Amino acid sequence: MTNIPETGRTPRVQIRLVVIQILVLSLLGTLGGRLWYLQIREGAEYAKEASGNHVQQVVQPAVRGSILDARGVPIADNETRLVVSASRTDLMKMADDGRAVLTKLAGVLGMEPKEVRQKVRLCDAKTPQPCWNGSPYQPIPITDEATPKQALQIRERAEDFPGITAEPEAVRRYPGPGKANTAQVLGYLSPVTDEEIQQAKDTDSPYLRSDQVGRSGLERAYDKELRGKAGVTRYEVDNLGRVIGKAEADAAQPGSNLVTSIDSRVQRVAEYELNEAMKQARKEWDRNTQENYKADSGAVVVMEAKTGRIVAMASNPTYDPNAWVGGISLKDYRNLTGKGSNYPLLNRAIQGQSAPGSTFKVISTAAAIEAGYPFDGRYPCTSSYSVGGQVFKNFESENFGPISLGRALEVSCDTVFYGLAHREWQRDGGIKPKKKANDYFFKAAHQFGLGKETGIDLPNEVTGRVPDRQWKQDYWKANKDAWCKQGKKDGSYVEKIAYENCLEGNQMRAGDEINYSIGQGDTLVTPIQMATIYAAIANGGTLHDPTVGKAIVSADGRTVQEIKPKAHGRLPISGTTLAEMDEALAGVATRGTAAWRFAQVGWPQDKIPMHAKTGTAEVYGKQTTSWFTTYTKDYAVVMTISQGGTGSGASGPAVRNIYDALYGVSDDGAIDKKNALLPSPQKGLPKVRTDGTIKSPKVAKDPAEDQRASQEGAPEPDATQAAATVPTPTTGNRDTRRRSRRRGSRRMLT
Amino acid sequence: MTGANSFSVSGYGPERAGWTRVFARDSLARRLDWPMLLAAIALSMIGSLLVFSATRNRTEINQGDPYYFLIRHVMNTGIGFALMIGTIWLGHRTLRTAVPILYGASVFLILLVLTPLGSTVNGAHSWIVLGGGFSLQPSEFVKITIILGMAMLLAARVDAGDKPYPDHRTVLQALGLAAVPMLIVLLMPDLGSVMVMVIIVLGVLLASGASNRWVFGLLAAGAIGAVAVWQLHILDDYQIARFAAFANPSLDPAGVGYNTNQARIAIGSGGLTGAGLFEGSQTTGQFVPEQQTDFVFTVAGEELGFVGGGLIIFLLGVVLWRACRIARETTELYGTIVAAGIVAWLAFQSFENIGMTLGIMPVTGLPLPFVSYGGTSMFAVWVAVGLLQSIRVQRPMSA
Repeated sequence: MTNIPETGRTPRVQIRLVVIQILVLSLLGTLGGRLWYLQIREGAEYAKEASGNHVQQVVQPAVRGSILDARGVPIADNETRLVVSASRTDLMKMADDGRAVLTKLAGVLGMEPKEVRQKVRLCDAKTPQPCWNGSPYQPIPITDEATPKQALQIRERAEDFPGITAEPEAVRRYPGPGKANTAQVLGYLSPVTDEEIQQAKDTDSPYLRSDQVGRSGLERAYDKELRGKAGVTRYEVDNLGRVIGKAEADAAQPGSNLVTSIDSRVQRVAEYELNEAMKQARKEWDRNTQENYKADSGAVVVMEAKTGRIVAMASNPTYDPNAWVGGISLKDYRNLTGKGSNYPLLNRAIQGQSAPGSTFKVISTAAAIEAGYPFDGRYPCTSSYSVGGQVFKNFESENFGPISLGRALEVSCDTVFYGLAHREWQRDGGIKPKKKANDYFFKAAHQFGLGKETGIDLPNEVTGRVPDRQWKQDYWKANKDAWCKQGKKDGSYVEKIAYENCLEGNQMRAGDEINYSIGQGDTLVTPIQMATIYAAIANGGTLHDPTVGKAIVSADGRTVQEIKPKAHGRLPISGTTLAEMDEALAGVATRGTAAWRFAQVGWPQDKIPMHAKTGTAEVYGKQTTSWFTTYTKDYAVVMTISQGGTGSGASGPAVRNIYDALYGVSDDGAIDKKNALLPSPQKGLPKVRTDGTIKSPKVAKDPAEDQRASQEGAPEPDATQAAATVPTPTTGNRDTRRRSRRRGSRRMLT
Repeated sequence: MTGANSFSVSGYGPERAGWTRVFARDSLARRLDWPMLLAAIALSMIGSLLVFSATRNRTEINQGDPYYFLIRHVMNTGIGFALMIGTIWLGHRTLRTAVPILYGASVFLILLVLTPLGSTVNGAHSWIVLGGGFSLQPSEFVKITIILGMAMLLAARVDAGDKPYPDHRTVLQALGLAAVPMLIVLLMPDLGSVMVMVIIVLGVLLASGASNRWVFGLLAAGAIGAVAVWQLHILDDYQIARFAAFANPSLDPAGVGYNTNQARIAIGSGGLTGAGLFEGSQTTGQFVPEQQTDFVFTVAGEELGFVGGGLIIFLLGVVLWRACRIARETTELYGTIVAAGIVAWLAFQSFENIGMTLGIMPVTGLPLPFVSYGGTSMFAVWVAVGLLQSIRVQRPMSA
């Protein structure tokens, strides 16, 4: 009936069924093996990945510490602003990715819908600013300038604005007490970059995505202390970012407060007087260039002579530091950094360098003493000094006959120093120098701390330069090719110089050393270096590292870490020489080049001995730089104005006014302690209350105005008149600031 | 031909009273394949727990009722179980006569899917939504009718004793019968189901004893077909992307590679014993999409660990091993082919489904037999169990 065997299977089918069975079971075996590999062998790896998957961090930023002046007046603090933020995770859950809500929000805030949408998009390589580069789980700020009315609208109609919050938040503010701007000293903040996050990842103070970082000035130098530690709450979330449990929270630790040695009143006076001096200089006629002085920039430093602490430091042109708060606008940024801006961000007190002119003569004097020339010797002060056919003239070709070094300082006689420098040059071997040249003049400059940073607690200080033999050699090597290409024997002045430099630019020529001895030529110094040197002369010879920071006070006020003055050297002169030099510099103020700014116009020299040195440095192709270095037993004040004219001419009145303000001196020489802002340096620190806040006195509306008035002995000027005469101390971008109206309202730390 | 009433009337021994009859040596209960049945029931129970764990927090799809999916899943399982009993009662031989009707009905249903009545879920246009949370996926039924139809054609002359093997003409007819619904399903496009059907056809041909030339020819045709599908851009972009993501999962971890990555993290983090039922953070956090259906194995992997995942694979192994035994032991070719077709179907679908969660197979939308949530698929696999049981019950006991 059938050829099928009783078992029902032909061998072919039977074999194939066995094959199928083996195949099926080996497939399942494969699954089992893979499962073992994933769960047992690699399990730990995946477990780690899974735990990272469902935890998200929410950051509560730490409140940044305030920066206070020596009396406790805040010069950088935080103000509460109404910040409207959007939660991206909430928006993304909506059908239209939150477009409708954001459009409605833009209407309430009076912004463009597009602008609002751009603010909440995430930054990546293809997305230009504005965009959010923080964590997508972090609420994204739309504006920090919401009015209470706008905030109320949003909060009362919460159901219309899902995912939108309006909360008060602390935002950096530079209140400018008494119109003191202090911009370059304070610095500014900007958001942290990716590289910085990477670099700081494994340090003890890692950055958060939302962090603002100090970019210059004190904000940068003391960033770590001011920043505090952000609080982090880790939430367990599901795939849509919805919170399904709270894991752990570290509370935010607010940053410490920084007490500085700045006195905001003196700061205001210094800024005001610098600006006035520059304005005045621009009205003066420069005979050399046949045009008015440009007075393009300037700086002033007021330093405590005994400690090196900075009482005031101003740089001009300046800017409104509030421009950086809440992200700088492109327009403001161009105004601050563009080619036509004259770089107001530079702190010219530590970053501006120029030849010191005659203020350098204290160093040359010290060098001469070291080289064995007696202080009281007789040195010919002729109207000119000739070397190999080259004639070096005395200033305005004056002739004082044979005088001492002290008198040479008083009248700022160039030819005395020419002679000394020339003789030393010859003793060192002239154009073929000895192997072991004494180089007294160059050594002295290094010993006075020139050519290197003073070590001030502000970032990016420049070194200046001492044009010694080593520098000449290096400089020649670097520029030889360019000079040789450009130089022509019978060409223009520039080409001739280049030709000479090409041939012998590495040699220390007689003219180089002669020029150098009176602070002209290739020497470069910064105002802070000169202040340090003159303060050292005042305090008996100690060169301090200048400091702005005075103490770091923890937010709760419990720990106060004082920043002690530090010295980095001593002047290379004996006590006797120092006393002689001191007397000579006092002579400058009483009968020398600065007498017409002090003794002759009612300075109470018997009560407050004033010492000064003027300097007028020549810059090739530009107008002269005005230098004025002064000190009393308490303070050293140094002012410089680029393309400003002579030392005592351009800077004299301003420096005198600063001293008047410090000591309460009026124009007729009377001292009124009531008007003195700081007759002796601030001792001690402002009082810290038990809750950690710091006591601060009230600050007058404009100390500079008050000072001017009291010095003239005139009655208080009325407000309208004052407004008409008071210039804006900033370079004008304040007018373009969106928040300019806020500047007037000051809130004191109570 | 044995009558359809063999279920109730025992042809062996005298009538016995009460429950002893149930346990008589040749009673129906004694003849059922209990290991397979128990394994299938165990898989369904595990599946219920996993579906519940995966859906109890998914408020956006469970309409606020944590038991929404659990209740429906248990209901589906119950219906499936009833279908199995019905299938055993009818017997596969009765169904053999009904094949033309079943085939016609299932082809009609898949054609219906192509009309506006059909709807698209996850890129596959293969559903008919019935309302009330129920929907039908007719391609699941097509898998069964292809097996039954091909078995009927291929076994007809062999079982009649005319020939030892099906001849070329019969094979061609059988292939034609399978090709029609497969082309329709390809148009949906439901590539995963087509893949399963290709494997079923291969298994059926192997078991039928058809010439080796047909088997290898079909393999070659399959390869050429795959190339053609690729070249002619029949695949949608999302399907190509899935294959690309399979080849390189880190390609786009937030996009097409997301599923695979999250699935692997979920399973990998389970370790030996898992996080515990309802304790998995990946599952609770809903990081794995489609977790109650295609990616249900990730719940087992994360919450029950290697022990739980291994148990599921073992239980599937029991079902498939018993099915292979049934295919080998039945005396008529029809039963053999049906059993082998079912083995090919369930084995491939299980391997593909678990394999994709483990990252060794590309992602396709195939449910895990017995475990995944999904009515039609549940009904189909229980009907398949019914067919297997029927083949075992009705074969003459070997002497």
